[in-house]
Amino acid sequence: MSEKLKICAIDDEQVILDSIVKLCGAEGWLVDTALDAKVGLHKLDTSTYDLIICDIMMPGIDGFEFLEQLRIKEIGTPVIITTGFSTLENAVKSLYRGAVDFLPKPFTFDELISIVGRGLKYSQIQRQVAKETLSSDAIDELIHYIPCPPKYKRLGYATWTLLEDDGSLKIGLTDLFFRTIGTLQQINLHKAEDEIFQGNMCAQIMTEDAFIHNILAPVSGRIIKRNEEILNNYAIIEKDPYFRGWVYSIVPANLDYETKYLIPCSSDRL
Amino acid sequence: MKVKPMLKKIVFKLIFAVGISITIIIGIFSYVSVQSQNKTLLAETERHTYQQSETIRSSTKFGMLLNEREHVHEIINAVGRQNSFKEIRIFNKEGEIIYSSNPDHIGIMVDKNAEACYTCHETDEPLEKLSIPDRSRIFASDSGRVLGTINPIYNEPACYRAPCHAHSSEQVVLGVLDVTVSLNPIDDRMANSKIRMLLFTLIVILAISSVLLYFVRIWVDKPVHKLVDATKSVASGNLNYTIEMNSSDELGALARSFNNMTKKLAEARLQLFQSDKMASLGRLAAGVAHEINNPLTGILTYSSFLLKRTKNYPEFQEDLSVIVRETKRSREIVKGLLDFARQSIPKKNKANINDIIDRAISIVDNQLSINHINLEKVFDENLPEITVDANQMQQVIINLIVNAIHASDKNGGAITVRTNLISLAPWGITQVKSALCTNGHNLMDQTVKIKGMPSIRVQANADGKEGFINLDPVYGKNRNLHGVKLKDKSEVDISCPQCNVSLLHKSKKCPECGGPVYFFEVPGKGRFEGCAIKGGKWQYWEAIEKEGKKEYVEIVVSDAGCGIPQENMSKIFEPFFTTKGQKGTGLGLAVIWGIIDNHNGRITVESEVAKGTAFTIRLPIEKEL
Repeated sequence: MSEKLKICAIDDEQVILDSIVKLCGAEGWLVDTALDAKVGLHKLDTSTYDLIICDIMMPGIDGFEFLEQLRIKEIGTPVIITTGFSTLENAVKSLYRGAVDFLPKPFTFDELISIVGRGLKYSQIQRQVAKETLSSDAIDELIHYIPCPPKYKRLGYATWTLLEDDGSLKIGLTDLFFRTIGTLQQINLHKAEDEIFQGNMCAQIMTEDAFIHNILAPVSGRIIKRNEEILNNYAIIEKDPYFRGWVYSIVPANLDYETKYLIPCSSDRL
Repeated sequence: MKVKPMLKKIVFKLIFAVGISITIIIGIFSYVSVQSQNKTLLAETERHTYQQSETIRSSTKFGMLLNEREHVHEIINAVGRQNSFKEIRIFNKEGEIIYSSNPDHIGIMVDKNAEACYTCHETDEPLEKLSIPDRSRIFASDSGRVLGTINPIYNEPACYRAPCHAHSSEQVVLGVLDVTVSLNPIDDRMANSKIRMLLFTLIVILAISSVLLYFVRIWVDKPVHKLVDATKSVASGNLNYTIEMNSSDELGALARSFNNMTKKLAEARLQLFQSDKMASLGRLAAGVAHEINNPLTGILTYSSFLLKRTKNYPEFQEDLSVIVRETKRSREIVKGLLDFARQSIPKKNKANINDIIDRAISIVDNQLSINHINLEKVFDENLPEITVDANQMQQVIINLIVNAIHASDKNGGAITVRTNLISLAPWGITQVKSALCTNGHNLMDQTVKIKGMPSIRVQANADGKEGFINLDPVYGKNRNLHGVKLKDKSEVDISCPQCNVSLLHKSKKCPECGGPVYFFEVPGKGRFEGCAIKGGKWQYWEAIEKEGKKEYVEIVVSDAGCGIPQENMSKIFEPFFTTKGQKGTGLGLAVIWGIIDNHNGRITVESEVAKGTAFTIRLPIEKEL
């Protein structure tokens, strides 16, 4: 740890900023704060951060517009969106617009730390990739993560879905996601016949560093099968997350509508 | 002020029209009849007068021949005294009045142009012969109309051979006997008859008017009044108003169609109202969630942080974990509010309903004992576990029990909570929740609901008419809504409203009536078939029938309280309907309905005022795959 990781928190509520400063500070991260998105954007102009935490409902520029501004300014800093109006729609929408994660308010210490930890890890990986692409070193050692195959679609960076020939959908986790968390300790899954909803939690992963990671479902539907193999052998999902390591097979409920929030993985290879 | 609107009433317009026609009819009739009566009377009078004149002529002839003037005077005076005669005169050839019943006129010379002479003397050569009808004339005098009859006295051998030698044999006409009769009696009769006709007309108009008035009152006025009252009432917002009218005439039909319209309006308004309420509730929930979640974040982050930091201080751990737990509970409540506003998703897990009910009862225990209410549990101990959101189900049971407590007497009462395992045939229970045409178009209509459930919308063509039918989503119930009026028993051509692909079976016939069969696909549940004859009841859903009887967990919460009046029964599951005034939000049963619906279950209510209420919930037991 040569240098402390820096986070920028943007929220119009002082108490939220204070708690983020305090909780993240306890983990050894530095937090800069801004009471609105304008101030936040200004700060981004002058200094660089590893991660941004941004509220949706703020006076002036709201969270979605903030994401848009970052895209225009070509600032690649990952953003975690948080809001008190934590509906599935908001979660899915922010992930589609470029946020890496969604943190519904109110959150506990553990929830905040696990999600910020993931975000920071993601940030580091992306930075590493960018650096090495520039300095074109020996290619074999450059693979930090395996991107998901071109036919797949993803919600955020963590989950993917694939339309099978029979009309069912496979759901799984990305390799990049596993790179952002610690070693797997336990996976909790829903049962067959359960309904899952896009943007809602569909699985929980506990890691050895005692964090609980909530996985958001990429699409809604009824689970027809879950992959029992991965429950018996976690190595499968870690080693082959796109094929043998799928999680659920589902019958989609509203695919036409929900597809518009999914990002085609083919776009990642440009 | 009041006369004008009165005259504008239909009944007066009718009376006006009828009055005019009666007047015209009777007018023409009386004119013709008076005219002919007049003619007859005149002819009669004419004939009579002529006869009289002949009688006078013949009775005076002898006197004339003997030249006994006194005798002739005597006869003329005697006859002339009769009332009907105005005057009897005899002129000689020169126009001098020789005899007259009016002695003053004797000796007066009459001009040839006078009315009595004019007929013969109008030409230069005076007529010597005059036909009988031409001998009489009618003229006006100072004392009314007068009929005059002239009777020429012709020369005869006896005249010029008479000893007086007053006349020579060359003369043709010796003089004229002129009898005038007053027409006043006739005219009076005619006038009387006219007055009678007029009176008769008036009486007829009056009689017909009152009959019209009476029946128009009964047949038109009263129903129209009812309709006007009804429209006013509806206009002022009372959509529950129905017109009581049994008549089968056009106004009865209007009243029935009006009732139908208000019913439809009421339903539409209710739906609009409800969605409006839901929308405002959604906004409220969003605002509340946003506002409350921020302070909750403060509490939850700090308390969970403290909990982490005080691992070595067990005395703090317990208290802090209470704060964290309760804050998390608040988080769930706020989320529940948001979920309700968005009719959101239950978090289902396997659970035993009996346990859930037990937990619910322990929460309301206090309230039960305060109100001296005895709660009896009749549990079926062999209930299988079912997949439910335990929190939501608990909320359902608590709400039902609290409602039962409120309905019960202040000084005690009894509430029974019963659970049962029942099995029911799918017919009349199973609900179609999604439906597709053969091209995969969605047929579900979320806007038109039948008994609160989204219906299936299809295009219908029959009897040359075209429209939509909303099919009842409950298998076997057939409470379809027809957007187009079809004759009973007519064959309906059913197709997809989006792509017009026919939904009629090519080969299959209804096993009950032999008519055509419609079908649609239920994703994952096979094909749903039904009789396409209007009024046909046959339906068949193979996949569901094959599953056979389905098992349900039945929960009955009953009380012996005040009951629900019949008029409220349809409204109790509506959001914001409350009988508790300011104390209730009116959301309880609406939330329950939503929760049970989300669990694919059904909730029904039976109630009798002053006897009690029983809510029955049936939750399907999903079979393990």
